Order: sequence, then C-alpha cells, then structure tokens
Amino acid sequence: MSSIFEKKIKVLNVGLDSFYQDLIKEGAEAVKVEWKPPGGGVPRLLKVLEALETEETEEANKKAIEAFTSADPVLVDIKLAKEVIPGINSRTFGHAGPPVSWERMSGPLRGAVIGAAIYEGLAKDEKEVEELVRSEKLGFVPNHDVSAVGPMAGVISENMPLFIVKNSKGTNVAYTNFNEGVGKVLRYGAYSKEVIDRLKWMKEVLFPILKEALKSHGPLPLRPIMSQALQMGDELHTRNNASTLLFLGEIGPYIEGNGFARSEVSKSYEFIAKNQLFFLNLAMAAGKVMMDSASNIKGSTLVTVLSRNGTDFGIKVSGLGKEWFVAPAPVPKTLFFPGFKEGDANPDIGDSAIMETNGFGAFASAASPAVAQVTGASVSEALRITRLMYEITMIKDKSFPIPYMNFEGVPRGIDLRLILDTSTAPYINTGVAHKLAGMGTVGFGIVQAPMLCFTKALERYGEVIGAL
Amino acid sequence: MGKKFTLVLNNEYRDSVFLMRINELVEKADGVTRAAVMMGTEANKDLMKEAGLYTEEASKAGPNDLVIVIEGEDEDLVKKALEYAKKLVYKTEKEEKETAQSYLSIRSAVSFESDIDLVLISTPGEYAYREAMRALLLNKHVMVFSSNVPLEKEKVLKNYAKTKNLLVMGPDAGTAIIGSVGLGFFNVVKEGPVGVVGAAGTGIQVVTSLLDLAGTGITAAIGTGSNDVKEDIGGITLKTGINMLSSHPKTKAITIISKPPSEKIVNETVDVLSKINKPAVMNFIGFKGKDISNTIKFADTLEDAARISFNFTNRGEFKLPEWTSETEVKEAKDKLTSKQYYIRGLFSGGTICYETQYIMSKKGIKAYSNSPLDKDYEIGGFDSSRKDTVIDMGAEEFVRGIPHPMIDFRFRKERLLKEVEDKEVAVILFDIVLGYGANMNPASEMADAIKKARSLNDKVSFVASVIGTENDPQGLKTQVEQLKDVGVFVYPSSTRATQVALEIAKR
Repeated sequence: MSSIFEKKIKVLNVGLDSFYQDLIKEGAEAVKVEWKPPGGGVPRLLKVLEALETEETEEANKKAIEAFTSADPVLVDIKLAKEVIPGINSRTFGHAGPPVSWERMSGPLRGAVIGAAIYEGLAKDEKEVEELVRSEKLGFVPNHDVSAVGPMAGVISENMPLFIVKNSKGTNVAYTNFNEGVGKVLRYGAYSKEVIDRLKWMKEVLFPILKEALKSHGPLPLRPIMSQALQMGDELHTRNNASTLLFLGEIGPYIEGNGFARSEVSKSYEFIAKNQLFFLNLAMAAGKVMMDSASNIKGSTLVTVLSRNGTDFGIKVSGLGKEWFVAPAPVPKTLFFPGFKEGDANPDIGDSAIMETNGFGAFASAASPAVAQVTGASVSEALRITRLMYEITMIKDKSFPIPYMNFEGVPRGIDLRLILDTSTAPYINTGVAHKLAGMGTVGFGIVQAPMLCFTKALERYGEVIGAL
Repeated sequence: MGKKFTLVLNNEYRDSVFLMRINELVEKADGVTRAAVMMGTEANKDLMKEAGLYTEEASKAGPNDLVIVIEGEDEDLVKKALEYAKKLVYKTEKEEKETAQSYLSIRSAVSFESDIDLVLISTPGEYAYREAMRALLLNKHVMVFSSNVPLEKEKVLKNYAKTKNLLVMGPDAGTAIIGSVGLGFFNVVKEGPVGVVGAAGTGIQVVTSLLDLAGTGITAAIGTGSNDVKEDIGGITLKTGINMLSSHPKTKAITIISKPPSEKIVNETVDVLSKINKPAVMNFIGFKGKDISNTIKFADTLEDAARISFNFTNRGEFKLPEWTSETEVKEAKDKLTSKQYYIRGLFSGGTICYETQYIMSKKGIKAYSNSPLDKDYEIGGFDSSRKDTVIDMGAEEFVRGIPHPMIDFRFRKERLLKEVEDKEVAVILFDIVLGYGANMNPASEMADAIKKARSLNDKVSFVASVIGTENDPQGLKTQVEQLKDVGVFVYPSSTRATQVALEIAKR
C-alpha cells in the first residue's frame, strides 16, 4: 500500500475543475471527469444509484459479462415458426418491440400484420383483420418474449421460415425470420401483392434450398462472421454488406438446389447476394442469443433488450427479469429516400436495436464510416458516438475490434446505472418506415432511446432492492 | 528441431495482416525458434505443414479458429511466448492522447486509463459518497475534498477501503501530498524524511511548509479529513496512514496533527505508534499530553511539531527565516496608547485560528471566537468583535456561496477596516496561506486594505504569518516583501505570529 508514495501518482479529478488545472500546472499526470449531478440531480434517482454502487452489483454484472461474452451463437437449422415457437400459431403473430394492442399499433406494424394475415390466408384486407382482432381470433405477442427477433415491424406468423440460432456454450436458442430486402417489404408495413408473393417464394423456394445447404455445410458459427465483417466496414445494423457476402461465402458452395430448377437456385443465390441486409436478421438472432444468456441475473444492471414497436420503446434489464419498461418511441433523425419528406417518418420501430444492445450498430459507428454517411453525419461524428457509448457500457469487447480505433473492442454491455449517471441514452442506427400502413421504407436514420424507459427501470430497481 | 506447442482460440477472427505482425513479434520472443500465428483455414494449414509447424491441435482447428503454434526448446519459455501471443491478439495500441482527456464518469475513465492511482473528489457533498464508493469498487485510492458527507457514510467508505487495502482521505480533506503530487490546497514542499498524517488541513500546510523552510522535507502528507478522529469514525484513516508510513522505508519519522480528539482516540493513536518502529510526534492542538518516550512525543504547537520531527531526522539546528526584527516590534509596542490592548485575529486557516486561541489561553487570555476553544466564548453573530476576538473566516457561515477566504479576500478586507475603527485594538493578527488552491497574490490583497486601515488608525500593529515555501507558485519572498512594505510584522509560523501579537498587546 505504501507503494503509492514511491512514484508520481496519476490522478483522476472529479469535481472542481481548478483542481485539475492545478494538477496539470504542478506537472502531475491527471485526467478528469466532466462531472454532472447523476440522475439529472433528481434525489430519488440518486438514492437508487447510490444503493446500486456495491460489490454485489459488481459481481452480478461480472457474471452477466461472462455470460454474454462467452455465449457462442451458431446457426443450426431453419424451420417454420409453428414448428419451433409454441407461442406463435394460427391465432397469434409475433411482433417487434414491447406489447401493443391493435388499437395503439402504428401504421407500419398494422400494415405488416395485415400482410401476414393475407400471407397466412386469414384475411383479405384491413377490415377483415380488424374483425379477426375484434372477435379475438387474432392476437399478438412480442417476439422478444418468445425468444425471437425481427427487424422493423418484425411480424412473424406461423408459416414463416425461421433461422434457429443456438448458444453452443449454453442451452438458449433464438429465432429470426428471413430478410426480404428494402423498399416495399412487409417489415416496413407494405402488403401489396409483390410483398406477399415474395414472402411465399421465400417459404416455398428459398427456405428448402437454404435448409438443405445449411445441412450440408453443418452448424455455422456467427461470431466470426460478425467480427470479420466489423473489420470490413459493417456496423452490423444498417450496414451488413460484408457479413452478407461472408455468409454467402460459407453457405454458397453448399447450395445444390434441393431439386429446384437452376433458375430458382440462381435467383436464391442472387436474392441473398443483392440484399445487403440479408445477414442483419442472423446478426440479430446472434445478439439475442448473447443477451438472453445474460438475462435474469439477480442484481445485474445489464440492459438486455432495447426494442420498439413503432408506438412504444421498451427495454428489459437482466436483474429485473421479464418486465418491460416503456416510453413513447421517438421519431428518428432521418435521411430520406427521394420522394419522401419530414413528416412521413413513423416513430422508431423494430427488434433490430438488439444490435446496439450488443455493442454494434450505432455503438460501433467508428467501425463503419460508410454508415455515418448514410445517417447523414460525418465520420468524426461516428467516432464521437462510439466514444460516447463507452460511457454507458461495461466493457470493450476485444473479440469485436474496431480497426479505426486501434483495434479497440466495441462498447458492450449497457449498464442501466451509467445511462442514468451520465444522462446519456443509447444511440441506435435504424431503418425508417412510412407512418402509413402499406407504404414501406422512407429512409435511414439515427435515434436516441428515450430516457424515460431507463428512469422507470431504475425506479423499479429501487423498489426491488428496498432503496425507495 | 524443438518442441511445438499450440494454442487455439476458437471463433476468434483476425485478418492475416494483423496476425502476421503478431507472428513477427512472437518469433522475436525469448526461447522461440519459429512460430505460426494464423487462422485455421485449409490454405494456412498447408503453410504450417510446409513449415513443419503443423500440430495435432492445429489440425483440429477450423477456419474461424485462431491458431498459434510455437516451436522452441525450453517449455517454460515457449509457454510464456504463447501467453504473449495471446496478449498481442487482444492488445489495443494506446490511442494518441488528446490534451485534455475527459470522461463522463469514473468508470469509463478507469476503463480507458487503468493506471490511475487516486481519485480526487470535490463534488457537492450529497454526491461524494457514491463517487468515492465507485472509485473504491474500481480499486482506486480516494481523496474526498467535499464536506457535508454524513458520518455513517464516511464510516462505510473507510471500513470498505480497509478490506481492500485502499486509502480514503476525507471527506472534508483539504490537503494531501501523495507520491510527490499535491492534492487540493497544498504547498510545494521538498522531499525529505518526515511523513505527515493529519486531520487538520491548514495544520498540515503549516507544518510541511515549516519543514521545508527549515531545510528538510516530507515523504507524504495524508489528510484524513476533519471527522476521522471523531469517535464515530475512530480514526480509521489516521491509523491506516500511520501504518502506511511505518512500512514506507524512506519515511524516518511521523508527524500527527489534529484538533483535539477524544482521549480514547489519543490512546489508540499512542498504541499504534508504540507498535511501530519509527519516532513520532503528535500535535493535538490544545491537548498537550505527557511524552510517551524519547521517540513518541507530544508537541505543544504546530511549530513545535515541525521542530521535533526535524530533530528526529536532522542533525543541524531547526532554524526558520527571520523577516521581522525584534526592534521593529518593540517600536510598535512603544507607540501604543494605554487603552490599546486587544488582539483581533482574522484567519483563513481553521487550525491556525484554533492554535491561536490555545496559545493566548496559555497566557491567560481567553479570546472570543466563532469557533471557540471554550464554549463560553462563542462570539454569537459573526460580524462584530469584542475584547480579544479571533475569527475563522473559513467557517461555514462565511463561505456560503462565496469562495474560501484563502482565495477570496473581500470579507477579510472589510472586516479588517472595521476592526481598526475600534480604538482599543492593539494588534490585527492574520494569516496568509500560499500554495496551490490559494489566491495567486494574497499579500497584495491584504496590503491594499492595510494601507487604507493605516489612514484610519496609525497606532494599531499588523502581525501576519505567511504559510508557504519558496517553490509555491506565488513566491514566498515577494509575498513577504509586499506585506513588509506596508509595515506588517511577518513570520513563517502561525505559532510565532501569535506569540509576537501577545508580546505587543501585553497589558
């Protein structure tokens, strides 16, 4: 202990800036915290934050970190939803985000529900879907509550094929649907004939071809693809160009066609190769596997879910179990495709924020200067966002290095305490849907999660540990 | 050909350029004849085969597994090299430093700069506990400058720190010098053989400055915070500090400075000191115990504390600079009218104010104060004086909303002008504290007020202690000169300044 007398110590200054200036003046090595009252200075929140600054919380979070860093998501099979998720059936659709009633659903989610109902042959139009809901013949369940994830509206119905991703180091499994591409697609709320036809083709052709190819290839570990793609300029949320081609490089050689005509096989190959977001769903399932492995750890303040349904933004926290904490979803700052404008954008939607929950997407902005362009910001802004996200996360995961930051690991493990402490909400890169049902994609954007979800979660933590 | 050892990192992708660089570094490591660091693709396996670096384990690796094969004679060295290679895989080159690196919380700061030794906390008191606890959880020593931290929380912090072998200075610790780095309010003191532990901030500044002026110096100064010696806390940091200094080879003697604690704490301190092997002197201002032995002593005043610790560690004579001659003082005394006999003290240092009362009381003079030695002499209301009065202008009622009087002189100057209007006043006694944290030219502030005061009353004397060293940013000499230029009698020790004031005002 007396060794600190022996060398010139390095000091971290927290508080009066004049002390930091003095340390520099006297020639000491010093760094500083730009201190602000935690919890925005709200005494109630400070009380909980103070009670969570303990060894027990540290230990619980260590356990959580160990769980999500050691989890090893592997793509093992593809099956129809009804074969693998008991919660999804002829009367129940899965959807993105926290629970939401038909009445409160936003345009794009309604559109996707209508499209899925048409795809399943349950209805012909919006009116018939409303009738099904009213007569309780159709209900909804959040994907996250049945181990699934889907981008944007994320609607999963029983006859949709799902990727099955298993944790080879554990027992948990996650499911995700196939990515349809961009433009008029179900997940953005479009349900025209071309949308339904594409879904049917995906089930009848792409599904059996991919299933067979995967079987020949064998289980496909997803972490290496993600890590490699990150080093090739993907942030794995709005940009999955590299990961998609890496995936195709793995699976492609095993595509034999499963008895389909050569033209269908080429079309399948091309469908994946030309859909730069094809791997997104797999990355999401991998993210879901990693975060689920760290959920339900008593005392942990790890945020395991960030997700939105187009109306509400919801989060889950490891130590608080299955409970959702919700707040109104904000509208992303959007770069619009030609023909769309401010005012067309729907509030934030999709399970895809599981990427940010895992340290990718906006958190890994610095790995993907190209995305900074897409979301309308500069490369230095991308770097700033990644740096800022280190402030609210537990670790720098060196398994996912960012080349531009001297191979520093991505910021992973969102700590509820740090969000409130620094009043910094997570950033999310996202696709943006038209606010009306049936319209589809309007652009890409960036959004910050609403603080209210985190405030609510912290207050619940206060109740759970008896600090409030 | 040497033995080959293999390490496979499953599902850990790095590109080939990155791995070739590691390969090159590992081949240069001790005991390594050759190495292969590559992903386990078929093509790479062929390369390993050709190189004769293909192993059973490598053959089992898949294209997504990172394979490290090292050949060498000495198994221990090769194993070390494997560890080294693994480290390189996960290593991040330190980013180029920005000039004012800052973070939003202690957590991110420590995560990026793990070599931080100590966290200095000066947030408002209600937030300080949490920040301090967090620093301790991250295994960092802590100094809490903030005051108004509840005692029970201070106790939690200090007990927890003890289990982790960490030092908690404060809450309410104003001064420390650790590892030759000054923290909070401090003077630039030479390195030397004396280790200081204290619960009295300005007391530490006085003693460390005097040691410097006497030609010696310190190894460290540990500020425990003013509440540490209260029985609720039980002197946890005081005892930890003593033990740290006792196990520190360069520390040859220990000096303890505090306002008087309870007898229990005094006894416990003596116990701790008896168990260690270094001479020590205690100065519990206003509490003169009987020396325990030739090497465990009590000092009566701050200057005594400095002298005794000097004598423990130095051969020569303890000598302080003399800035004011005895003749000057005598002339001033002769000038006084028969009705001038009160002393008015205006202090920025709480310890100095306290010590002044103690020295006066030994001469039979009880002074009124806002921080009285004797409760019956509580001044009550802080804007007027009566008879002999000494005021701690750093007390809470004075600093609400304005900076500490070591920095901001406006109240002291106003008060000084008010005091000289009282024709019964003989001496205005005050302190000037130099060093970091203090006003950059305090003497000129006081000199301005004194010039004005002299025009109102040319009979009153001004006596000052200037606490500081030649290396302080203000420069000791120029500060003393400015005061002497306006006729102030200036002393390097608060003890001596009080004694001179008493001599002038002798009735």
